[in-house]
Amino acid sequence: MGKKKKESVIESSIKRKYKLQAKDVKVWYGDFMAIKGISMDIKPNKVTAFIGPSGCGKSTFLRLFNRMNDYVDGFKMDGTINIDDKDINDKDINVELLRKQVGMVFQKPNPFPKSIFENVAYGLKIQGLKDKTFLEERVESSLKQVALWEEVKDDLNKNALALSGGQQQRLCIARTLAVEPSIILMDEPTSALDPISTAKIEELIYQLKDKYTIVIVTHNMQQASRISDNTAFFYLGDLIEYDKTNKIFTNPEKKQTENYITGRFG
Amino acid sequence: MNNIRKNRLKDQAFKIWGIFCTLLGLVLLAVFIGNILIDGIMRIDWAFVMNLPSRHAEESGIYTALMGSIWVLLLTTLIALPVGIAAAIYLEEYSKKNKLATILEVNISNLAGVPSIIYGLLGLEVFVRIMEMGASVLAGSFTLALLILPIVIVSTREALKAVPKSIRDASFAMGASKWQTVYHQLLPASFGGILTGVILALSRAVGETAPLIVIGALAYVPFAPSSPMDEFSVLPIQIFNWITRPQHGFVENAAAAIIILLLITFVMNGIAVYFRNKWQKKFK
Ligand SMILES: Nc1ncnc2c1ncn2[C@@H]1O[C@H](COP(=O)(O)OP(=O)(O)OP(=O)(O)O)[C@@H](O)[C@H]1O
Ligand SMILES: [Mg+2]
Repeated sequence: MGKKKKESVIESSIKRKYKLQAKDVKVWYGDFMAIKGISMDIKPNKVTAFIGPSGCGKSTFLRLFNRMNDYVDGFKMDGTINIDDKDINDKDINVELLRKQVGMVFQKPNPFPKSIFENVAYGLKIQGLKDKTFLEERVESSLKQVALWEEVKDDLNKNALALSGGQQQRLCIARTLAVEPSIILMDEPTSALDPISTAKIEELIYQLKDKYTIVIVTHNMQQASRISDNTAFFYLGDLIEYDKTNKIFTNPEKKQTENYITGRFG
Repeated sequence: MNNIRKNRLKDQAFKIWGIFCTLLGLVLLAVFIGNILIDGIMRIDWAFVMNLPSRHAEESGIYTALMGSIWVLLLTTLIALPVGIAAAIYLEEYSKKNKLATILEVNISNLAGVPSIIYGLLGLEVFVRIMEMGASVLAGSFTLALLILPIVIVSTREALKAVPKSIRDASFAMGASKWQTVYHQLLPASFGGILTGVILALSRAVGETAPLIVIGALAYVPFAPSSPMDEFSVLPIQIFNWITRPQHGFVENAAAAIIILLLITFVMNGIAVYFRNKWQKKFK
Protein backbone atom coordinates (compact mmCIF):
# COMPACT_ATOMS: atom_id res chain seq x y z
CA MET A 1 0.00 0.00 0.00
CA GLY A 2 2.73 2.40 1.05
CA LYS A 3 4.62 1.73 -2.11
CA LYS A 4 1.63 2.54 -4.28
CA LYS A 5 1.15 5.87 -2.60
CA LYS A 6 4.77 6.83 -3.27
CA GLU A 7 4.47 6.15 -6.95
CA SER A 8 1.32 8.16 -7.27
CA VAL A 9 3.08 11.11 -5.68
CA ILE A 10 5.87 10.80 -8.15
CA GLU A 11 3.49 10.56 -11.07
CA SER A 12 1.61 13.64 -9.99
CA SER A 13 4.47 15.88 -10.95
CA ILE A 14 4.93 14.41 -14.37
CA LYS A 15 3.12 15.98 -17.26
CA ARG A 16 5.68 16.73 -19.93
CA LYS A 17 8.20 14.79 -21.93
CA TYR A 18 11.15 13.42 -19.95
CA LYS A 19 14.78 14.00 -20.54
CA LEU A 20 16.10 11.46 -18.08
CA GLN A 21 14.36 8.37 -16.82
CA ALA A 22 15.37 5.81 -14.23
CA LYS A 23 13.37 2.61 -14.07
CA ASP A 24 13.61 0.44 -10.99
CA VAL A 25 17.31 1.14 -10.60
CA LYS A 26 19.33 -0.76 -8.04
CA VAL A 27 23.01 -0.31 -7.35
CA TRP A 28 25.48 -2.39 -5.36
CA TYR A 29 29.04 -1.73 -4.30
CA GLY A 30 30.19 -5.27 -3.67
CA ASP A 31 27.57 -6.65 -1.30
CA PHE A 32 26.38 -3.26 -0.14
CA MET A 33 23.16 -2.09 -1.75
CA ALA A 34 23.47 1.66 -2.25
CA ILE A 35 20.34 2.26 -4.39
CA LYS A 36 17.35 0.12 -3.56
CA GLY A 37 15.09 0.38 -6.58
CA ILE A 38 14.44 3.93 -7.71
CA SER A 39 12.22 5.03 -10.57
CA MET A 40 12.24 8.67 -11.50
CA ASP A 41 11.68 10.98 -14.47
CA ILE A 42 13.46 14.26 -14.97
CA LYS A 43 12.08 16.96 -17.18
CA PRO A 44 14.00 18.90 -19.81
CA ASN A 45 15.05 22.50 -19.20
CA LYS A 46 14.40 22.29 -15.52
CA VAL A 47 16.67 22.30 -12.52
CA THR A 48 16.14 19.19 -10.46
CA ALA A 49 17.68 19.07 -6.99
CA PHE A 50 18.69 15.89 -5.14
CA ILE A 51 18.66 16.30 -1.38
CA GLY A 52 19.10 13.88 1.49
CA PRO A 53 21.45 13.02 4.32
CA SER A 54 25.05 12.05 3.72
CA GLY A 55 25.53 8.55 2.32
CA CYS A 56 21.95 8.14 1.07
CA GLY A 57 23.10 7.60 -2.52
CA LYS A 58 22.65 10.97 -4.21
CA SER A 59 26.05 10.97 -5.84
CA THR A 60 25.78 7.33 -6.78
CA PHE A 61 22.44 7.94 -8.44
CA LEU A 62 23.63 11.11 -10.20
CA ARG A 63 26.69 9.37 -11.59
CA LEU A 64 24.51 6.75 -13.24
CA PHE A 65 23.42 9.29 -15.84
CA ASN A 66 26.90 9.69 -17.31
CA ARG A 67 28.08 6.23 -16.29
CA MET A 68 30.87 7.56 -14.11
CA ASN A 69 30.41 4.59 -11.80
CA ASP A 70 31.64 2.24 -14.51
CA TYR A 71 35.22 2.36 -13.24
CA VAL A 72 34.36 1.88 -9.58
CA ASP A 73 35.51 -1.48 -8.26
CA GLY A 74 32.63 -3.69 -7.20
CA PHE A 75 29.97 -1.51 -8.85
CA LYS A 76 26.93 -3.38 -10.13
CA MET A 77 23.68 -2.00 -11.46
CA ASP A 78 20.23 -3.29 -12.26
CA GLY A 79 17.33 -1.56 -14.00
CA THR A 80 17.41 0.97 -16.84
CA ILE A 81 18.51 4.55 -17.29
CA ASN A 82 17.10 6.29 -20.35
CA ILE A 83 18.17 9.55 -21.86
CA ASP A 84 15.79 10.80 -24.55
CA ASP A 85 14.19 7.36 -24.43
CA LYS A 86 17.45 5.59 -25.21
CA ASP A 87 18.89 3.07 -22.77
CA ILE A 88 22.37 4.39 -22.00
CA ASN A 89 23.61 1.03 -20.76
CA ASP A 90 22.94 -0.61 -24.12
CA LYS A 91 25.85 -2.38 -25.75
CA ASP A 92 25.80 0.00 -28.71
CA ILE A 93 26.17 3.12 -26.58
CA ASN A 94 29.51 4.86 -26.87
CA VAL A 95 30.32 6.04 -23.36
CA GLU A 96 32.59 8.83 -24.60
CA LEU A 97 29.83 10.24 -26.78
CA LEU A 98 27.35 9.90 -23.93
CA ARG A 99 29.58 11.99 -21.70
CA LYS A 100 29.82 14.70 -24.31
CA GLN A 101 26.07 14.95 -24.11
CA VAL A 102 25.94 14.68 -20.33
CA GLY A 103 28.42 17.02 -18.67
CA MET A 104 29.44 16.86 -15.04
CA VAL A 105 30.63 19.38 -12.48
CA PHE A 106 32.23 18.07 -9.31
CA GLN A 107 32.18 19.06 -5.68
CA LYS A 108 35.77 20.19 -5.55
CA PRO A 109 36.78 22.37 -8.50
CA ASN A 110 39.04 20.13 -10.58
CA PRO A 111 40.61 22.09 -13.42
CA PHE A 112 43.43 20.36 -15.26
CA PRO A 113 46.92 21.59 -14.34
CA LYS A 114 47.04 23.36 -17.68
CA SER A 115 46.26 26.81 -19.04
CA ILE A 116 42.78 28.31 -18.86
CA PHE A 117 42.49 28.01 -22.61
CA GLU A 118 43.58 24.37 -22.62
CA ASN A 119 41.04 23.58 -19.93
CA VAL A 120 38.10 24.93 -21.86
CA ALA A 121 39.28 23.57 -25.19
CA TYR A 122 40.02 20.09 -23.80
CA GLY A 123 36.69 18.49 -24.65
CA LEU A 124 36.82 19.82 -28.20
CA LYS A 125 40.43 18.84 -28.73
CA ILE A 126 39.87 15.26 -27.70
CA GLN A 127 37.06 15.15 -30.23
CA GLY A 128 39.70 15.92 -32.81
CA LEU A 129 38.69 19.53 -33.42
CA LYS A 130 41.79 21.52 -34.21
CA ASP A 131 40.68 24.66 -36.05
CA LYS A 132 42.23 27.49 -34.08
CA THR A 133 39.63 30.16 -34.72
CA PHE A 134 36.84 27.75 -33.92
CA LEU A 135 38.49 26.76 -30.65
CA GLU A 136 39.11 30.40 -29.73
CA GLU A 137 35.51 31.34 -30.42
CA ARG A 138 34.15 28.45 -28.43
CA VAL A 139 36.50 29.14 -25.49
CA GLU A 140 35.41 32.77 -25.49
CA SER A 141 31.69 32.05 -25.67
CA SER A 142 31.94 29.38 -22.96
CA LEU A 143 33.84 31.68 -20.64
CA LYS A 144 31.29 34.43 -21.33
CA GLN A 145 28.43 32.13 -20.42
CA VAL A 146 29.92 31.59 -16.98
CA ALA A 147 30.80 35.30 -16.63
CA LEU A 148 34.49 34.55 -16.37
CA TRP A 149 35.58 36.07 -19.65
CA GLU A 150 36.13 39.60 -18.37
CA GLU A 151 38.24 38.31 -15.50
CA VAL A 152 40.56 36.10 -17.52
CA LYS A 153 40.50 37.29 -21.13
CA ASP A 154 43.96 38.85 -20.86
CA ASP A 155 45.69 35.79 -19.53
CA LEU A 156 44.14 32.74 -21.08
CA ASN A 157 47.56 31.12 -20.97
CA LYS A 158 47.77 31.37 -17.22
CA ASN A 159 47.68 28.08 -15.32
CA ALA A 160 44.12 27.37 -14.23
CA LEU A 161 45.30 26.37 -10.76
CA ALA A 162 46.26 30.00 -10.14
CA LEU A 163 42.56 31.01 -10.19
CA SER A 164 40.48 31.34 -7.03
CA GLY A 165 38.24 28.44 -6.00
CA GLY A 166 35.11 30.16 -7.31
CA GLN A 167 36.79 31.05 -10.58
CA GLN A 168 38.03 27.50 -10.92
CA GLN A 169 34.53 26.14 -10.47
CA ARG A 170 33.15 28.51 -13.09
CA LEU A 171 36.00 27.44 -15.35
CA CYS A 172 34.97 23.82 -14.83
CA ILE A 173 31.42 24.72 -15.82
CA ALA A 174 32.72 26.55 -18.89
CA ARG A 175 34.78 23.50 -19.78
CA THR A 176 31.61 21.44 -19.64
CA LEU A 177 29.59 23.94 -21.67
CA ALA A 178 32.23 24.08 -24.39
CA VAL A 179 31.26 20.67 -25.75
CA GLU A 180 27.59 21.72 -25.83
CA PRO A 181 26.01 19.01 -23.72
CA SER A 182 22.25 18.93 -23.25
CA ILE A 183 22.37 17.76 -19.64
CA ILE A 184 24.60 18.99 -16.82
CA LEU A 185 25.02 16.99 -13.65
CA MET A 186 26.34 18.89 -10.66
CA ASP A 187 27.45 17.18 -7.47
CA GLU A 188 27.47 19.78 -4.69
CA PRO A 189 29.11 22.33 -6.98
CA THR A 190 29.22 25.10 -4.40
CA SER A 191 29.99 23.24 -1.21
CA ALA A 192 33.68 24.17 -1.39
CA LEU A 193 33.02 27.83 -2.23
CA ASP A 194 32.52 31.12 -0.39
CA PRO A 195 29.06 32.78 -0.35
CA ILE A 196 29.81 35.27 -3.12
CA SER A 197 31.13 32.60 -5.49
CA THR A 198 28.15 30.46 -4.54
CA ALA A 199 25.74 33.24 -5.44
CA LYS A 200 27.43 33.66 -8.81
CA ILE A 201 27.14 29.96 -9.57
CA GLU A 202 23.49 29.86 -8.50
CA GLU A 203 22.77 32.80 -10.78
CA LEU A 204 24.55 30.96 -13.55
CA ILE A 205 22.57 27.76 -13.01
CA TYR A 206 19.39 29.78 -13.18
CA GLN A 207 20.37 31.18 -16.56
CA LEU A 208 21.60 27.89 -17.93
CA LYS A 209 18.32 26.06 -17.56
CA ASP A 210 16.95 27.70 -20.70
CA LYS A 211 19.34 25.61 -22.71
CA TYR A 212 20.20 22.69 -20.48
CA THR A 213 18.62 20.11 -18.25
CA ILE A 214 20.33 20.44 -14.89
CA VAL A 215 20.46 17.98 -12.04
CA ILE A 216 22.13 19.22 -8.90
CA VAL A 217 22.99 17.50 -5.64
CA THR A 218 23.04 19.88 -2.71
CA HIS A 219 23.18 19.82 1.05
CA ASN A 220 22.05 23.39 1.20
CA MET A 221 18.26 23.58 1.63
CA GLN A 222 18.11 27.27 0.78
CA GLN A 223 20.03 26.59 -2.37
CA ALA A 224 17.67 23.82 -3.40
CA SER A 225 14.64 26.00 -2.80
CA ARG A 226 16.20 29.00 -4.55
CA ILE A 227 17.33 27.40 -7.78
CA SER A 228 15.44 24.20 -8.42
CA ASP A 229 12.07 23.53 -10.04
CA ASN A 230 11.74 20.00 -8.73
CA THR A 231 13.27 18.37 -5.72
CA ALA A 232 13.90 14.73 -4.91
CA PHE A 233 14.47 13.60 -1.35
CA PHE A 234 16.61 10.48 -0.93
CA TYR A 235 17.00 8.45 2.20
CA LEU A 236 19.09 5.31 2.69
CA GLY A 237 19.13 4.39 -0.99
CA ASP A 238 15.43 5.06 -1.54
CA LEU A 239 13.66 7.92 -3.25
CA ILE A 240 11.24 9.06 -0.56
CA GLU A 241 9.55 11.99 -2.24
CA TYR A 242 9.86 13.78 -5.54
CA ASP A 243 7.78 16.80 -6.45
CA LYS A 244 7.71 20.49 -7.24
CA THR A 245 10.31 22.21 -5.09
CA ASN A 246 7.68 24.53 -3.78
CA LYS A 247 5.57 21.64 -2.59
CA ILE A 248 8.46 19.75 -1.02
CA PHE A 249 9.50 22.74 1.00
CA THR A 250 6.10 23.97 2.06
CA ASN A 251 3.89 20.96 2.23
CA PRO A 252 5.70 17.62 1.88
CA GLU A 253 3.65 14.44 1.82
CA LYS A 254 6.06 12.41 3.89
CA LYS A 255 6.99 12.87 7.50
CA GLN A 256 10.62 11.93 6.74
CA THR A 257 10.88 14.68 4.16
CA GLU A 258 9.48 17.22 6.53
CA ASN A 259 11.84 16.15 9.30
CA TYR A 260 14.80 16.46 6.95
CA ILE A 261 14.03 19.86 5.48
CA THR A 262 13.22 21.32 8.85
CA GLY A 263 16.57 20.05 10.09
CA ARG A 264 15.25 17.55 12.57
CA PHE A 265 17.57 14.83 11.31
CA GLY A 266 20.31 14.19 8.77
CA MET B 1 60.29 13.06 38.73
CA ASN B 2 62.75 10.22 38.59
CA ASN B 3 60.90 8.67 35.71
CA ILE B 4 60.97 11.84 33.72
CA ARG B 5 64.70 12.17 34.14
CA LYS B 6 65.17 8.56 33.08
CA ASN B 7 63.08 9.09 29.98
CA ARG B 8 65.01 12.19 29.10
CA LEU B 9 68.26 10.28 29.43
CA LYS B 10 66.96 7.54 27.18
CA ASP B 11 65.90 10.19 24.74
CA GLN B 12 69.39 11.70 24.70
CA ALA B 13 71.03 8.31 24.38
CA PHE B 14 68.90 7.41 21.43
CA LYS B 15 69.54 10.74 19.78
CA ILE B 16 73.30 10.24 19.93
CA TRP B 17 73.01 6.67 18.71
CA GLY B 18 70.80 7.89 15.88
CA ILE B 19 73.26 10.55 14.84
CA PHE B 20 76.05 7.99 14.89
CA CYS B 21 74.06 5.61 12.68
CA THR B 22 73.14 8.36 10.28
CA LEU B 23 76.70 9.46 9.91
CA LEU B 24 78.23 5.99 9.75
CA GLY B 25 77.59 5.41 6.07
CA LEU B 26 78.30 8.99 5.10
CA VAL B 27 81.60 9.16 6.96
CA LEU B 28 82.82 5.88 5.53
CA LEU B 29 81.85 7.01 2.04
CA ALA B 30 83.62 10.32 2.60
CA VAL B 31 86.79 8.53 3.76
CA PHE B 32 86.65 6.27 0.73
CA ILE B 33 86.10 9.13 -1.67
CA GLY B 34 88.88 11.08 -0.02
CA ASN B 35 91.25 8.17 -0.52
CA ILE B 36 90.23 7.73 -4.12
CA LEU B 37 90.62 11.43 -4.79
CA ILE B 38 94.14 11.42 -3.35
CA ASP B 39 95.06 8.43 -5.49
CA GLY B 40 93.42 9.40 -8.69
CA ILE B 41 92.64 13.08 -9.10
CA MET B 42 96.09 13.91 -10.45
CA ARG B 43 95.76 11.23 -13.05
CA ILE B 44 92.67 12.76 -14.69
CA ASP B 45 93.34 14.82 -17.76
CA TRP B 46 91.99 15.03 -21.26
CA ALA B 47 94.36 12.34 -22.51
CA PHE B 48 93.14 9.93 -19.82
CA VAL B 49 89.59 10.36 -21.06
CA MET B 50 90.51 10.12 -24.75
CA ASN B 51 93.20 7.40 -24.75
CA LEU B 52 92.64 3.81 -25.76
CA PRO B 53 93.63 1.11 -23.30
CA SER B 54 97.30 0.18 -23.32
CA ARG B 55 99.77 -2.13 -21.64
CA HIS B 56 101.47 0.92 -20.14
CA ALA B 57 99.55 2.47 -17.30
CA GLU B 58 100.60 6.06 -18.14
CA GLU B 59 99.41 5.80 -21.73
CA SER B 60 96.23 4.01 -20.87
CA GLY B 61 92.85 5.76 -20.99
CA ILE B 62 89.19 5.06 -20.45
CA TYR B 63 87.92 6.07 -23.88
CA THR B 64 86.63 2.67 -24.99
CA ALA B 65 85.06 1.91 -21.61
CA LEU B 66 83.46 5.33 -21.36
CA MET B 67 82.04 5.05 -24.87
CA GLY B 68 80.86 1.54 -24.04
CA SER B 69 79.08 2.84 -20.96
CA ILE B 70 77.44 5.64 -22.92
CA TRP B 71 76.29 3.24 -25.65
CA VAL B 72 74.89 0.84 -23.10
CA LEU B 73 73.18 3.63 -21.21
CA LEU B 74 71.49 5.02 -24.33
CA LEU B 75 70.35 1.65 -25.64
CA THR B 76 69.16 0.55 -22.21
CA THR B 77 67.08 3.72 -21.98
CA LEU B 78 65.62 3.15 -25.44
CA ILE B 79 64.60 -0.37 -24.50
CA ALA B 80 63.54 -0.02 -20.87
CA LEU B 81 61.70 3.28 -21.13
CA PRO B 82 58.87 2.44 -23.55
CA VAL B 83 58.46 -1.09 -22.22
CA GLY B 84 58.49 -0.07 -18.56
CA ILE B 85 56.17 2.88 -18.96
CA ALA B 86 53.71 0.89 -21.07
CA ALA B 87 53.67 -1.92 -18.52
CA ALA B 88 53.13 0.52 -15.69
CA ILE B 89 50.28 2.26 -17.51
CA TYR B 90 48.66 -1.08 -18.18
CA LEU B 91 48.95 -2.24 -14.58
CA GLU B 92 47.87 1.04 -13.08
CA GLU B 93 45.14 2.20 -15.44
CA TYR B 94 43.86 -0.73 -17.45
CA SER B 95 44.16 -4.02 -15.59
CA LYS B 96 41.33 -5.03 -13.32
CA LYS B 97 42.26 -5.04 -9.66
CA ASN B 98 41.90 -8.80 -9.17
CA LYS B 99 43.98 -11.72 -7.92
CA LEU B 100 46.04 -11.90 -11.07
CA ALA B 101 46.91 -8.20 -10.78
CA THR B 102 48.05 -8.71 -7.20
CA ILE B 103 50.22 -11.65 -8.20
CA LEU B 104 51.77 -9.62 -11.03
CA GLU B 105 52.36 -6.73 -8.71
CA VAL B 106 54.10 -8.79 -6.03
CA ASN B 107 56.27 -10.51 -8.61
CA ILE B 108 57.38 -7.30 -10.22
CA SER B 109 58.47 -6.04 -6.82
CA ASN B 110 60.27 -9.35 -6.30
CA LEU B 111 62.06 -8.98 -9.62
CA ALA B 112 63.61 -5.77 -8.33
CA GLY B 113 65.29 -7.87 -5.66
CA VAL B 114 66.72 -10.61 -7.91
CA PRO B 115 70.56 -10.54 -7.81
CA SER B 116 71.96 -8.90 -10.90
CA ILE B 117 74.16 -11.87 -11.78
CA ILE B 118 71.00 -13.89 -12.39
CA TYR B 119 69.99 -11.32 -14.98
CA GLY B 120 73.44 -11.81 -16.48
CA LEU B 121 72.83 -15.54 -16.83
CA LEU B 122 69.41 -14.86 -18.33
CA GLY B 123 70.95 -12.42 -20.80
CA LEU B 124 73.67 -14.90 -21.69
CA GLU B 125 71.13 -17.58 -22.48
CA VAL B 126 68.45 -15.54 -24.18
CA PHE B 127 70.17 -12.63 -25.89
CA VAL B 128 73.71 -13.87 -26.46
CA ARG B 129 72.94 -17.46 -27.38
CA ILE B 130 69.32 -17.97 -28.44
CA MET B 131 68.91 -14.62 -30.16
CA GLU B 132 72.51 -14.80 -31.34
CA MET B 133 73.45 -11.26 -30.48
CA GLY B 134 76.86 -12.34 -29.18
CA ALA B 135 78.63 -10.38 -26.47
CA SER B 136 77.47 -7.16 -28.08
CA VAL B 137 76.43 -3.76 -26.78
CA LEU B 138 72.89 -4.72 -27.73
CA ALA B 139 72.91 -7.92 -25.68
CA GLY B 140 74.33 -5.98 -22.72
CA SER B 141 71.69 -3.29 -23.08
CA PHE B 142 68.84 -5.77 -23.22
CA THR B 143 70.21 -7.46 -20.12
CA LEU B 144 70.47 -4.21 -18.19
CA ALA B 145 67.09 -3.11 -19.48
CA LEU B 146 65.55 -6.24 -17.96
CA LEU B 147 67.44 -5.52 -14.77
CA ILE B 148 66.06 -2.01 -14.36
CA LEU B 149 62.60 -2.73 -15.78
CA PRO B 150 61.07 -3.46 -12.35
CA ILE B 151 62.40 -0.18 -10.98
CA VAL B 152 61.04 1.74 -13.96
CA ILE B 153 57.66 0.04 -13.65
CA VAL B 154 57.34 0.54 -9.91
CA SER B 155 58.38 4.20 -9.99
CA THR B 156 56.15 4.97 -12.97
CA ARG B 157 53.20 3.41 -11.16
CA GLU B 158 53.94 5.49 -8.09
CA ALA B 159 54.04 8.61 -10.24
CA LEU B 160 50.72 7.72 -11.90
CA LYS B 161 49.15 6.95 -8.53
CA ALA B 162 50.15 10.38 -7.29
CA VAL B 163 47.99 12.09 -9.92
CA PRO B 164 44.81 13.12 -8.08
CA LYS B 165 41.70 11.12 -8.87
CA SER B 166 39.87 14.35 -9.55
CA ILE B 167 41.90 14.81 -12.73
CA ARG B 168 40.89 11.39 -14.02
CA ASP B 169 37.27 12.14 -13.11
CA ALA B 170 37.37 15.44 -14.93
CA SER B 171 38.90 13.94 -18.04
CA PHE B 172 36.52 10.99 -18.23
CA ALA B 173 33.54 13.23 -17.55
CA MET B 174 34.59 15.36 -20.52
CA GLY B 175 34.24 12.30 -22.73
CA ALA B 176 37.91 11.38 -22.94
CA SER B 177 38.79 7.76 -23.52
CA LYS B 178 41.19 5.96 -21.25
CA TRP B 179 44.06 6.43 -23.63
CA GLN B 180 43.29 10.13 -24.10
CA THR B 181 43.24 10.56 -20.35
CA VAL B 182 46.57 8.79 -20.02
CA TYR B 183 48.14 10.71 -22.86
CA HIS B 184 46.79 14.21 -22.24
CA GLN B 185 46.53 14.25 -18.46
CA LEU B 186 48.28 11.47 -16.58
CA LEU B 187 51.58 11.30 -18.44
CA PRO B 188 52.20 15.07 -18.42
CA ALA B 189 51.19 15.29 -14.77
CA SER B 190 53.44 12.40 -13.74
CA PHE B 191 56.30 13.20 -16.09
CA GLY B 192 58.63 14.48 -13.38
CA GLY B 193 58.07 11.43 -11.21
CA ILE B 194 58.61 9.03 -14.09
CA LEU B 195 61.78 10.80 -15.11
CA THR B 196 63.13 10.66 -11.58
CA GLY B 197 62.56 6.92 -11.40
CA VAL B 198 64.08 6.30 -14.80
CA ILE B 199 67.21 8.30 -14.06
CA LEU B 200 67.71 6.57 -10.73
CA ALA B 201 67.30 3.22 -12.47
CA LEU B 202 69.82 4.19 -15.13
CA SER B 203 72.33 5.37 -12.58
CA ARG B 204 72.11 1.90 -11.13
CA ALA B 205 72.58 0.36 -14.59
CA VAL B 206 75.71 2.39 -15.30
CA GLY B 207 77.43 0.89 -12.27
CA GLU B 208 76.48 -2.72 -12.97
CA THR B 209 79.40 -5.06 -13.59
CA ALA B 210 78.49 -8.64 -12.87
CA PRO B 211 75.74 -9.22 -15.45
CA LEU B 212 77.87 -7.70 -18.19
CA ILE B 213 80.86 -9.84 -17.32
CA VAL B 214 78.59 -12.88 -17.42
CA ILE B 215 77.31 -12.10 -20.91
CA GLY B 216 80.92 -11.73 -22.01
CA ALA B 217 81.67 -8.03 -22.07
CA LEU B 218 85.44 -7.70 -22.37
CA ALA B 219 87.94 -6.15 -20.06
CA TYR B 220 90.07 -5.17 -23.03
CA VAL B 221 88.59 -3.87 -26.27
CA PRO B 222 90.86 -2.05 -28.66
CA PHE B 223 88.19 0.27 -30.08
CA ALA B 224 85.09 2.07 -28.94
CA PRO B 225 81.89 0.46 -30.24
CA SER B 226 80.52 1.99 -33.42
CA SER B 227 77.36 -0.08 -33.73
CA PRO B 228 75.03 -1.96 -31.38
CA MET B 229 76.48 -5.27 -32.54
CA ASP B 230 80.08 -4.42 -31.55
CA GLU B 231 81.94 -5.84 -28.61
CA PHE B 232 82.32 -3.51 -25.70
CA SER B 233 83.60 -2.80 -22.26
CA VAL B 234 82.16 -0.49 -19.61
CA LEU B 235 83.70 1.67 -16.92
CA PRO B 236 83.16 -0.67 -13.96
CA ILE B 237 84.73 -3.57 -15.85
CA GLN B 238 87.66 -1.39 -16.80
CA ILE B 239 88.08 -0.40 -13.16
CA PHE B 240 87.92 -4.00 -12.06
CA ASN B 241 90.50 -4.95 -14.63
CA TRP B 242 92.92 -2.23 -13.57
CA ILE B 243 92.58 -3.00 -9.89
CA THR B 244 93.63 -6.60 -10.45
CA ARG B 245 96.90 -5.51 -12.12
CA PRO B 246 100.02 -5.57 -9.90
CA GLN B 247 101.73 -2.43 -11.27
CA HIS B 248 101.14 0.69 -9.19
CA GLY B 249 100.30 2.86 -12.19
CA PHE B 250 97.12 0.91 -12.81
CA VAL B 251 95.88 1.51 -9.27
CA GLU B 252 96.05 5.22 -10.02
CA ASN B 253 94.18 4.63 -13.24
CA ALA B 254 91.50 2.70 -11.38
CA ALA B 255 91.10 5.48 -8.85
CA ALA B 256 90.80 8.05 -11.63
CA ALA B 257 88.20 5.96 -13.44
CA ILE B 258 86.26 5.52 -10.19
CA ILE B 259 86.15 9.29 -9.79
CA ILE B 260 84.68 9.63 -13.25
CA LEU B 261 82.14 6.85 -12.68
CA LEU B 262 81.08 8.41 -9.36
CA LEU B 263 80.80 11.78 -11.06
CA ILE B 264 78.46 10.31 -13.65
CA THR B 265 76.19 8.69 -11.05
CA PHE B 266 76.18 11.77 -8.82
CA VAL B 267 75.21 13.99 -11.71
CA MET B 268 72.43 11.59 -12.71
CA ASN B 269 71.12 11.43 -9.16
CA GLY B 270 71.32 15.20 -8.92
CA ILE B 271 69.21 15.57 -12.04
CA ALA B 272 66.73 13.08 -10.61
CA VAL B 273 66.42 14.97 -7.34
CA TYR B 274 66.00 18.23 -9.23
CA PHE B 275 63.09 16.86 -11.26
CA ARG B 276 61.49 15.30 -8.21
CA ASN B 277 61.49 18.58 -6.31
CA LYS B 278 60.20 20.50 -9.28
CA TRP B 279 57.44 17.96 -9.86
CA GLN B 280 56.36 17.79 -6.22
CA LYS B 281 55.83 21.54 -6.16
CA LYS B 282 53.37 21.29 -9.01
CA PHE B 283 50.79 19.46 -6.91
CA LYS B 284 51.17 21.32 -3.66
N1 LIG C 1 33.19 3.47 -4.39
C1 LIG C 1 32.42 3.01 -3.41
N2 LIG C 1 32.65 1.79 -2.88
C2 LIG C 1 31.87 1.33 -1.89
N3 LIG C 1 30.84 1.98 -1.35
C3 LIG C 1 30.56 3.20 -1.83
C4 LIG C 1 31.33 3.78 -2.88
N4 LIG C 1 30.82 5.00 -3.16
C5 LIG C 1 29.78 5.16 -2.30
N5 LIG C 1 29.62 4.09 -1.52
C6 LIG C 1 28.58 3.92 -0.49
O1 LIG C 1 27.34 4.08 -1.09
C7 LIG C 1 26.48 4.88 -0.29
C8 LIG C 1 26.02 6.07 -1.07
O2 LIG C 1 27.13 6.90 -1.32
P1 LIG C 1 26.98 8.28 -2.09
O3 LIG C 1 28.34 8.82 -2.27
O4 LIG C 1 26.18 8.08 -3.30
O5 LIG C 1 26.16 9.14 -1.02
P2 LIG C 1 25.76 10.68 -1.07
O6 LIG C 1 24.31 10.73 -0.85
O7 LIG C 1 26.29 11.32 -2.28
O8 LIG C 1 26.50 11.21 0.22
P3 LIG C 1 27.16 12.67 0.44
O9 LIG C 1 26.03 13.58 0.70
O10 LIG C 1 28.01 12.48 1.66
O11 LIG C 1 27.93 13.02 -0.77
C9 LIG C 1 27.28 5.24 0.95
O12 LIG C 1 26.90 4.38 1.99
C10 LIG C 1 28.71 5.00 0.56
O13 LIG C 1 29.45 4.57 1.68
MG1 LIG D 1 27.81 12.81 -2.66
